[in-house]
Amino acid sequence: MSPRIGVVTFPGSQDDQDALRAVALVGAGPVPLWHRDPELHDVDAVILPGGFSYGDYLRAGAIARFSPVMESVIAGARDGLPVLGICNGFQVLCESHLLPGALIRNGGMLFINRDERLRVESDRTAWTRDYAVGQEIVIPIKNGEGRYTADERTLDQLEAEGRVIARYLDNPNGSARDIAGIANAAGNVVGLMPHPEHAVEALTGPYPGPATDGLPFFTSILKQLVAA
Amino acid sequence: MPAQTSSVTRTGNVADTGYVADTGYVADTVEHASVTPDREQPYEALGVKPDEYARIREILGRRPTSSELAMYSVMWSEHCSYKSSKVHLKQFGEKAPDVARGEKSCLLVGPGENAGVVDVGGDLAVTFKIESHNHPSYVEPYQGAATGVGGIVRDILTMGARPIAVMDPLRFGAADAPDTHRVLPGVVRGIGGYGNSLGLPNIGGEVVFDSCYAGNPLVNALAVGVMRKSEIKLAQAHGTGNKVVLFGARTGGDGIGGASVLASATFDEGKPSKRPSVQVGDPFMEKALIECCLEIFAEDLVVGIQDLGAAGLSCATTELAAAGLQRAGVGGMDVQLDLAPLRDATLVPEEILMSESQERMMAVVTPAKVARFFELCEKWDVTATVIGTVTETGRLRMTWHGETIVDVDPRTLAHEGPVYHRPFHRPAWQDALQAATPDSLSRPKTGEELRETVLRLVASPNLADKRWVVEQYDHRVRGNTVLAHGEDSGMLRLDEESNLGIALATDGNGRYTKLDPYAGAQLALAEAYRNVAATGARPLAVTDCLNFGSPEDPEVMWQFAEATRGLADACQTLGTPVTGGNVSFYNQTGDVPIHPTPIVGVLGVIDDVTRRTRLGFEADGDVLLLLGETRDEFGGSEWSHVVHGHLGGLPPRVDLERERLLAEILVTGSRGGMLSAAHDLSDGGLIQAVVESALRGGHGARIELPEELDPFVALFAESAGRAVVAVPRAEEQRFTDLCRSRGLPVAHIGVVGGGAVDVRGQFSIPLDELRRAHTGTFPALFG
Repeated sequence: MSPRIGVVTFPGSQDDQDALRAVALVGAGPVPLWHRDPELHDVDAVILPGGFSYGDYLRAGAIARFSPVMESVIAGARDGLPVLGICNGFQVLCESHLLPGALIRNGGMLFINRDERLRVESDRTAWTRDYAVGQEIVIPIKNGEGRYTADERTLDQLEAEGRVIARYLDNPNGSARDIAGIANAAGNVVGLMPHPEHAVEALTGPYPGPATDGLPFFTSILKQLVAA
Repeated sequence: MPAQTSSVTRTGNVADTGYVADTGYVADTVEHASVTPDREQPYEALGVKPDEYARIREILGRRPTSSELAMYSVMWSEHCSYKSSKVHLKQFGEKAPDVARGEKSCLLVGPGENAGVVDVGGDLAVTFKIESHNHPSYVEPYQGAATGVGGIVRDILTMGARPIAVMDPLRFGAADAPDTHRVLPGVVRGIGGYGNSLGLPNIGGEVVFDSCYAGNPLVNALAVGVMRKSEIKLAQAHGTGNKVVLFGARTGGDGIGGASVLASATFDEGKPSKRPSVQVGDPFMEKALIECCLEIFAEDLVVGIQDLGAAGLSCATTELAAAGLQRAGVGGMDVQLDLAPLRDATLVPEEILMSESQERMMAVVTPAKVARFFELCEKWDVTATVIGTVTETGRLRMTWHGETIVDVDPRTLAHEGPVYHRPFHRPAWQDALQAATPDSLSRPKTGEELRETVLRLVASPNLADKRWVVEQYDHRVRGNTVLAHGEDSGMLRLDEESNLGIALATDGNGRYTKLDPYAGAQLALAEAYRNVAATGARPLAVTDCLNFGSPEDPEVMWQFAEATRGLADACQTLGTPVTGGNVSFYNQTGDVPIHPTPIVGVLGVIDDVTRRTRLGFEADGDVLLLLGETRDEFGGSEWSHVVHGHLGGLPPRVDLERERLLAEILVTGSRGGMLSAAHDLSDGGLIQAVVESALRGGHGARIELPEELDPFVALFAESAGRAVVAVPRAEEQRFTDLCRSRGLPVAHIGVVGGGAVDVRGQFSIPLDELRRAHTGTFPALFG
């Protein structure tokens, strides 16, 4: 049986269907999870998708972290459950203290939807094994609060421990040290502002391309789960 | 009747306000109205004309209660009743394909419902509609534009469809005018803020500047949705004993236009006095409402459904009750208005009836299904309240704490409003305007002058790159966006198995329409039709947003009459019926109306979205072909506008048979895999299209202009019915044979290649220089 990857739907989640599609495209079993249901339904990994959970009226991700499903996700993550937070999911992971730092309003104050060039910095996480360190990829961003920030000590620690997993080549929002994504110390939890689930099909991915540079996030986890 | 509410409302403020005693509000009951016939009513302050007021009294056989007057005033307003436009709009129905006579039609639901529905093949149907939110967007750009998106999306949802995309054709005053810098950034942020939070991709639209829109920007919003044909929902209340459920956001004091004049001084004290006339949107609520409704539809839990938009509860109750009566011949509705959940407990019935609070819906549900309906509302944290029952009295009756405050035949509100045959006449200045042709304007002659003109035009606000705007919109969410901004049409995949898809484009040109309203409306249709075909989709159906000045101005009314006639005739010729749309009058500042601006949206269908045609030049060596005929046509052109500030003469000639042929060739070429790129020719002419294609694909072009044409005319004329295509060498013969056999003029005008746009014997401009000019304008203006 193929590994089961859950995608949480919070009220206000928008890219949940896209994450489920990406999971299915690489041959894993997509499992929708509901914010009110603490049961994880035997999934082998969890994706927290993009969107505006609970409207993000207070602070992006601030309410979602208290939802019943997050209690189980947080407990699971501490026990090694692979978790990928994309965009709003990254914000939820920071609010949940599974990852350090915070995402604040973009430098230009505007929502930005654009294909961004990134450099992969780590192939040692559950979600990035299928990339090569230094590989340049194109993944779309779409957010208003995507500017990664943390205190200098935290940033130094992330660098020293190799936990910066991707950097912007043309920093679009003033993120500290061009950071687009980070991992926890164990490498099972990854937060990423860009949207790899929107770069998985030639038909709908970045133009003029490459269009499918997001796929390795999903093949990485699939391979690890199959091997396990 | 017991109030049945979900858990969310049980703790709410409906029952516990004690507010009748607090405020001293005394309801103006039907009984009271009957015995006080001479009481003066402020009908004129509500926009009701004396003869309309007399008609209301005649219908009721007494004076209206203040609640009834509130309802008539909003339902008989221009916005809701189309009283000035009705007699012209009926052409869209009269000139649509006649199914009774065996003519083929894609229409499943025509104008009159919340949105038209079109058969796109298989068991799928698509509903789409465009609407204006012009005036609110000028007053409060962010919320005006945001709630414009919210409103049109609810219209689509109401048909039973999942909303799948939005588009926003926008028009502002001069790009460098100070007020444009107040309005545009707010409008764009509002559209993004609301649409992005709904999870709906924004796949196209327009951004146009002209000083005629300075005091009256046009913020039109289009939404599209998809459903199975068997799942189409209609706005109707029938079945005696069925429950009327109000669900979604609570009713607040926002968007209440003139209701305040009905409020007497006795209860004004101590209530919030500032009433925003612009509604405030909550996209998070709307997103929950969408998902909640779709689950309700999937379980077939409603008899009828209606969104609350303009005229709020007044409109929803009367439309549902009237439609039930109309269809079933029997019906009626009793409503306990005091059960409506409120955001502001001090609201009085007249205000509740007129409130335009967003994110509200009304459903008619059989008693057996009410419990399940409420379970789904609870799942999505959506407030729901039974506020009424379907009856067989033929009346719409409303009570307020037990007293009857409304008792009317709902059809008199919904269908039997006033109809005006407004006088119209051709403006005296029209001849002089058409006689002031651009022929005498000085034209660039040398290669160097042509080069400068190219750079000036590609950097002009109307033709410049719109990335600064469209990057604030999410065009990717839902993962089915095949084409979006920067392409000729937006395209969506509907079915991941079959790759069936749709394309949508909106176009309009106020300058053309001012020069000749009949032709201008047809050119708007022709351009949108051409844009859809250029991407490989077959144009199917039309929605329109008719933006005009005051209908009380006979000259404006002539523009409107001419434009609707032109559009209806053109839709008939092209076989693309109008499925619905919107009229926006009173777009003027003082006595000065905007250019008449009909915006036309065309929906097309494409069997296999992987066969779509993009507009970017992608492969060196591809052959460039110009399809159609170029004439010396500069009336209303971008060139005369930008370079000379001139508007006069006639717009480009309309040839609808040519448009149809061009579209067929473009679709055939796409299906047959003969085209590597296609781009319609419109504003700015051939050179603008070539520059856009070169920059988008990242490959230059070497152009050889046809010898028989003056280079300036060849490059900048805006003749309609044209496109430029890039064809692989191996397909050139097959494609030109196809054009020639069908009688479509085709000219070889060069090849794709190099790092510049090079016009032989005239000029060469490196792509980098073109890109700087084209992309620098918006950041410089608004960044």
